Amino acid sequence: MIKTDIIIIGAGPVGLFAIFEAGLMKLRCHLIDAIPQPGGQLTEIYPKKPIYDIPGYPTVLAGELVDNLMEQAAPFKPGFTLGERADSIEKQEDGSFIVTTSKGTQHHAPVVMIAGGLGSFEPRKPLISNITDFEEKGVRYIVKDPDQFEGKDMVISGGGDSALDWAIYFAEKGSFVHLVHRSDRFRAHKDSVSRAYELAAEGKMELHTFAEVKELNGDNELSEVGIYSKEDKKIIKTDLWFPLFGLSPKLGPIGDWGLEIEKNAIVVDTFDYQTNRPGIFAIGDVNTYPGKLKLILCGFHEATLAVQTAYKIIHPEKKFTLKYTTVQGVQGFEEEQQKEKIKS
Amino acid sequence: MSTDINITIVDRDGTEHEFTVPTDMNLNLMEVCKGYELPVEGICGGMAMCASCQVYVLTEEHFGERNDDEQAMLDEAYYVEENSRLGCQIPITPALDGLKVKIAPEAV
Repeated sequence: MIKTDIIIIGAGPVGLFAIFEAGLMKLRCHLIDAIPQPGGQLTEIYPKKPIYDIPGYPTVLAGELVDNLMEQAAPFKPGFTLGERADSIEKQEDGSFIVTTSKGTQHHAPVVMIAGGLGSFEPRKPLISNITDFEEKGVRYIVKDPDQFEGKDMVISGGGDSALDWAIYFAEKGSFVHLVHRSDRFRAHKDSVSRAYELAAEGKMELHTFAEVKELNGDNELSEVGIYSKEDKKIIKTDLWFPLFGLSPKLGPIGDWGLEIEKNAIVVDTFDYQTNRPGIFAIGDVNTYPGKLKLILCGFHEATLAVQTAYKIIHPEKKFTLKYTTVQGVQGFEEEQQKEKIKS
Repeated sequence: MSTDINITIVDRDGTEHEFTVPTDMNLNLMEVCKGYELPVEGICGGMAMCASCQVYVLTEEHFGERNDDEQAMLDEAYYVEENSRLGCQIPITPALDGLKVKIAPEAV
């Protein structure tokens, strides 16, 4: 079991900044996020978009802001459980919490901070009536452990970066890839699009534009997909289809944690951004209160105030006086966090 | 007051809502929907990157033109029709007086 001072759910900008503010108070953090890389929406939805309202940065790309936050948090040696969704929370007799992920990883801490943004990102599923019959039996919404698919022929749908990047990746690894997209304009990066056309010219990929996968066949396992265009229908023999239409956020299991929810957001007290369950805080876009604004800069403020109360919960006997970083700099932790031995 | 326009937004269940909205506030249609608490998510905040504000423009003369980002997003979205647009890419201007749109189904 992973043991820490503060379990932060969500590795977006606000969760990352909370590591820094907690670190200044000598509190350790461990972050859990359903997507495999830190940054939340900033990395997942708009890494190349400029942000203009971060104080002190006239402009900063979302992806850069995440890199900077990671660098700022690094001295405090945060732990990360990435690619796993925080599924359940159990309060212990001593008031601490155990948070368990979708893969069964357990985390133990006296304080939990939900910095879950819009929720956990779940793949957008195509509207094909029998698609659920083939989930994990040939239809995969996310490319996990790509090694196992290298060299296998496959169909990939979508026109965004994810679809193009994986199509190129597998075509370069010896797979024959059918890339299916509803138009001939791709949302993906220009370089990726030209690379895909190159690979098609080399015979390693076939681009099906103005086309859509609308039919799935197979006994138990997927064996063929039907690619429909305006005039035409092609049946492609394949046991692998990746519909990569991006991810859309869902509040998910957090909605069942006994927290007061209003319009898909967690109600907090603006004194310290604590929820109706003492010891559980909600900061950033995931929370709501009178006057709430979903801005990164507001989330930074919320994180800073929340860790003050977190400190009092973790060290009830100690007093803490705010010290400016200009006075004593940033003193990080020497050692990585220790894992707790499982008692049971 | 003279800069306000009247628009009609049809809910997913068919209920029609009529609103008088200002044209001098730099608003877009997604923001209007959210402002009136209609079930439009606007997840990406108006960057044409999520299609959660998709609407069908029912008054043909107000369809306008899809921009490149919007078109690319609609190429990947669901329930897209000829008259689909992203609410966040429709600025509220005086030319939209009388606009009527229907909110597209929620994509799961």
